[in-house]
Amino acid sequence: MNTLSKFAVSAAAAALLVANTSTAGTLDDTRAAGELKCGISTGVPGFAFTSDAGDWQGFDPAVCQAVAAAIFGDTSKVKYTTTTGKTRFTALASGEVDMLARNTTWTFSRDTDLKLDFVGVNYYDGQGFMAPADLGVGSAKELDGASVCIQTGTTTELNLADFFRVNGISYEAVPIETNDEARTNYEAGRCDVYTTDASGLAATRSSFDDPSAHVLMPEIISKEPLGPLVRHGDSEWADIVRWTLNALITAEELGVTSENVDKMATGTDNPEINRLLGSEGDLGAMIGLDKAWAWRAIKAVGNYGEIFDKYIGKDTPIGLERGLNAQWTDGGLLYSPPFR
Amino acid sequence: MATTIDMRGPPKSGFSIGKIWTDKKSRGVIVQVIAMAIFCAVVFYLANNVVENFQKLGKPFGFDFLEQESNYDINQTLISYNSQSSHGRAAVVGILNTLLVAFCGIILATILGFILGVLRLSPNWLVNKLAYCYIEFVRNVPVLVHILLVHGIMVHSLPHPKQAINVADSFFLSNRGFYMPQPVFQPLFWLVVAAFVFGLIYAFWYRRAARIKQAATGEQSPVFWVMLASIIGLPILAFLLTGLPIEWQDPVQGKFNLKGGMAIKPEFMALWLALSLYTAAFIAEIVRSGIMAVDKGQSEAALALGLPRKRTMNLVVIPQALRVIIPPLTSQYLNITKNSSLAIAIGYMDIVATIGGISLNQTGREMECMIIVLGLYLFFSITISMIMNWYNNRIALVER
Repeated sequence: MNTLSKFAVSAAAAALLVANTSTAGTLDDTRAAGELKCGISTGVPGFAFTSDAGDWQGFDPAVCQAVAAAIFGDTSKVKYTTTTGKTRFTALASGEVDMLARNTTWTFSRDTDLKLDFVGVNYYDGQGFMAPADLGVGSAKELDGASVCIQTGTTTELNLADFFRVNGISYEAVPIETNDEARTNYEAGRCDVYTTDASGLAATRSSFDDPSAHVLMPEIISKEPLGPLVRHGDSEWADIVRWTLNALITAEELGVTSENVDKMATGTDNPEINRLLGSEGDLGAMIGLDKAWAWRAIKAVGNYGEIFDKYIGKDTPIGLERGLNAQWTDGGLLYSPPFR
Repeated sequence: MATTIDMRGPPKSGFSIGKIWTDKKSRGVIVQVIAMAIFCAVVFYLANNVVENFQKLGKPFGFDFLEQESNYDINQTLISYNSQSSHGRAAVVGILNTLLVAFCGIILATILGFILGVLRLSPNWLVNKLAYCYIEFVRNVPVLVHILLVHGIMVHSLPHPKQAINVADSFFLSNRGFYMPQPVFQPLFWLVVAAFVFGLIYAFWYRRAARIKQAATGEQSPVFWVMLASIIGLPILAFLLTGLPIEWQDPVQGKFNLKGGMAIKPEFMALWLALSLYTAAFIAEIVRSGIMAVDKGQSEAALALGLPRKRTMNLVVIPQALRVIIPPLTSQYLNITKNSSLAIAIGYMDIVATIGGISLNQTGREMECMIIVLGLYLFFSITISMIMNWYNNRIALVER
């Protein structure tokens, strides 16, 4: 029996880790494979959804597409893998995906103990609560005894436990795996309240038949800086993802859009734009790419503001304000280090 | 001289390498050694791969995290637990939840399975065909579908707690669970427990004495009635004499949910019912095959000897049928236990959901958590197997 259990343990262990046996850098592996392996969520309106043609679209897949454009010049060269809150880190650590671009909160233990590297923040969020309007609850502190739908394996699960404990009120946690499942349970009345990041709540609410029948509580109980992340240990790869995201943010700051990027790439009187788009210096070579990497990324998906407006901004059903996610020049938190 | 036979077998000649292979005995040893070597090599390769990858990822290996605070809540626990408890305690909560659903599932599946199996043998055409249709439908649909179906029906079709189906203001059925009064034991209740234990001991002592008496004198005693009286009657008597030492706390409507009382959550009910209904279909077929395996001549002989039908069944048919039933029944019990891990699909917090799910995710200790979950399932399964094997040996045919 001992041998049997040992064998089974090893087999399970191998299944978990056997994929991660390559020794070359992630960039080389990605080039060899001809596609970027990107982990995304199972679907949150606006943030990650499939188009009518069946392609993944949205605020988060746009980051994958930008990186693919920077490397290959082709946004279709992305192999998407949907991950739940619970499977995402294992998928990344095991090499099933090479980057995650899904609503994942940057925390200390994930960055250190879980051996992952967050490369930046593409959405500053916080955890909120949503309840049916006819429940008549004005504040999250009035939720004593309520049933709360919560996605397992997330930071929101931990914040929720803290919030209720600190306020000395009780609740029943209804654990669910995905945003869709949460929606179903919430609509069926299995839980009174749904809690997740406020952006996710707004997105989910927009998909209801009657969004006005649901209210968001005023409390935001946590900081949730959401951003793309990669495995620990390959700094060159982390640099590519980090600076692609920064390129999108800088492009907005400098007024470079997918419309005018071609014209600007021929040279402007702003040296930073020239360095970004490759008409001056050779920043691309420093991260193992060519001069036009950022030009391709911006050309393909647009700058940060364009992506925001296209998928989740005011003119979309999601209807999110820029808020904290405005450029630092507009009073927001978006602040990319300089391209120099 | 021609009648002398050499009893030492063929004459032994000198040693040669070829002989080792042509000799049946030594060839068997060689093949086994090679097979074992390959097996060890595979195990070593896999283990080595794990160690290497752990080093490459720079991940530590250890079970210290079990003592850290878990920081998450669990909605249904059999022992006290909160978000300040450790990951280890969360694992225990998960283990108990798994055992609870496996235990309840095994009992319900066995009862339903035996009933269905007997109905399947009924000479009544309609009863027979209904049982047949049920069995064929249920066992040909995957158990996960059953679980999702039952859970979906409960959550979507049962009323909201505010409009819960109310029976006598004590029992409430809603899509948040089945609420019932909670017993609050008064000090004198220990007398009832004592009466039950005493009754149990007396009942078995009486049964043993009755058997010895029957073996010696052939005289029969009313074993069933005496056992019933001492196991059930005595505690009830004690309960009445001590002045009903239980108070019932009814659930009441709160702002969001029913408060107080005991609650069976829909996740547990869905998992329990789905696993039981599914496994009962298999058990029914096992029971049917077991009963049909007993030769008709056996019961005819018993009847010819003048045994009444009931005793024929109890003393002749069932003991022989059990010998056929028990081994496959064991594997059905193991299936229930293992299938309970599908709890994750509907959010029932078993071991896979606690230590193998949330704890794994929050601490990033995939390997350690999976080893724990694997070891536990192995332990549960082996324990069930051992119990069933012991029972199987007990009822096995004693050859004289």
